[in-house]
Amino acid sequence: MSQTGIVPGHTDQQPSPFLLSVNNIEVIYNHVILVLKGVSLDVPEGSIVALLGGNGAGKSTTLKAISNLLASERGDVTKGSVEFRGERVDQLTPDALVKRGVVQVMEGRHCFGHLTVEENLLTGAYTRKASRAEIAQDLEKVYHYFPRLKVRRQSQAGYTSGGEQQMVAVGRALMARPSMILLDEPSMGLAPQIVEEIFEIVKDLNQKERVSFLLAEQNTMVALRYANFGYILENGRVVMDGAADELASNEDVKEFYLGLGGDGRKSFREVKHYRRRKRWLA
Amino acid sequence: MQFFIEVMVGGLLAGVMYSLVALGFVLIYKASGVFNFAQGALVLFAALTFVSIEKMGVPFWIALAITLGIMVLMGVAIERIVLRRLVNQPPISLFMATIGLSFFIEGLAQTVWGTEVHGLELGITDEPFDVMGVFISKFDLFAATLSGVLVAGLALFFQKTKLGRALRAVADDHQAALSVGIPLKHIWAIVWAVAGFVALVAGMLWGSRLGVQFALTLVVLKALPVLILGGFTSVPGAIVGGLIVGAGEKLAEVYLGPFIGGGIENWFPYMLALVFLLVRPEGLFGERHIERV
Repeated sequence: MSQTGIVPGHTDQQPSPFLLSVNNIEVIYNHVILVLKGVSLDVPEGSIVALLGGNGAGKSTTLKAISNLLASERGDVTKGSVEFRGERVDQLTPDALVKRGVVQVMEGRHCFGHLTVEENLLTGAYTRKASRAEIAQDLEKVYHYFPRLKVRRQSQAGYTSGGEQQMVAVGRALMARPSMILLDEPSMGLAPQIVEEIFEIVKDLNQKERVSFLLAEQNTMVALRYANFGYILENGRVVMDGAADELASNEDVKEFYLGLGGDGRKSFREVKHYRRRKRWLA
Repeated sequence: MQFFIEVMVGGLLAGVMYSLVALGFVLIYKASGVFNFAQGALVLFAALTFVSIEKMGVPFWIALAITLGIMVLMGVAIERIVLRRLVNQPPISLFMATIGLSFFIEGLAQTVWGTEVHGLELGITDEPFDVMGVFISKFDLFAATLSGVLVAGLALFFQKTKLGRALRAVADDHQAALSVGIPLKHIWAIVWAVAGFVALVAGMLWGSRLGVQFALTLVVLKALPVLILGGFTSVPGAIVGGLIVGAGEKLAEVYLGPFIGGGIENWFPYMLALVFLLVRPEGLFGERHIERV
């Protein structure tokens, strides 16, 4: 399988060498609202791939299209395909996908508020037919990565802090023993220090547990620091992609997403104008 | 004093019967966060089905098994036809759907089995016996024991089993439950089937007391104050709420009744519920609404 150094590209006919391939998907909400207009991306095994872009660019929709959570939001994948380990998975139910090793951690954490932290984690293992001992072992592993959760294991998740809830959400996904986690906006509403902590753990999990990540993030700076590869989404299309360090040093990316203009800061009015023009060209 | 105890015990035992009905509500509420308006219709349907099958000459236990099978099928059908389309919709949509269901099931029960009143004989006589000078109804005692066992079983199920945990998870957040791979469809079918089973037990006990008839759906109204007192999300709460309502209404009737002209029994529980709503809206054992800023 391909390693992190390999740059993803699009293979049309032969079986995909990537863990996850999204080919030209189009998503329509409520039968009328076109949200994704042909998005393609690849995630090599063992990598962290960042999906970047502003509000409403289609990052979350892309992740939900992969995990098949769209149906419950009246969204439909009308074109294109999603392949996981070379097999089409776009018609599977979310639980079938979890069994194959793809778990989504939703934006806004979505912990089960009335369940304790530990119960939250245990629900993550719902699809597995594992023995009690095995589950207990995995629970310890999650506590190893998130020591703070062990302290709070008996608290109701609804009463824990935002950072802790994000940890619960990621830990809960880990309990399914995934090979791939779709992580949606992990930095949302968290202090920079906590964001850093979460991303460090993501990197750790990626290296030690060989979990691949596709992460949607608005916090471009942090995401590109931890990712191997990045895609930039705008208006439901991929407008740019490349290795994370290349993207981070790209002048346009710097200007649009990192707020670092070539010749000092521009006024907001100018930036907006420039962006709009660029978008028409794209 | 002896009279007081007798009234109280009678009330408590009657209260357990309310709990039994309330239990069906708690079940659905815990697993989907929705008040199931159709529970009363389920109680009627279950009792009517059982009585009608038994009237055909089928032995008691076999009739019970068949009815149970029908209730399970009904649970699965409700999920297939109604609930599946309402995943991740606002609770009010689900609630409205249960109102529709309730009328449909009431109609179905009477279309299929007729509208006449049936007697139901469980083989337990309603005769009082003497415990240290206090008369207790045999039937009440039987009903109370049965309810107690059901409640204990369900409470354990929700707290200790994997499926129970998944049910509580679903009640908290449909979408998140889906995302970790809990198959909502199966879960709801199971819950409605279990609610059907509880409805069957409640329907048989109430049916043998009141006769199996349309009025059974109204018994459900008494479950409301029970739920408000005990908390919508708590299985033990349903029992405690039932006991309070049962004992409260009987004692109020006997001791307060003479001063304000009687008939208290009918409205006292609602009054109690109203006070509770003001003081402790989540009930005695219910989950508090978690709100963070």
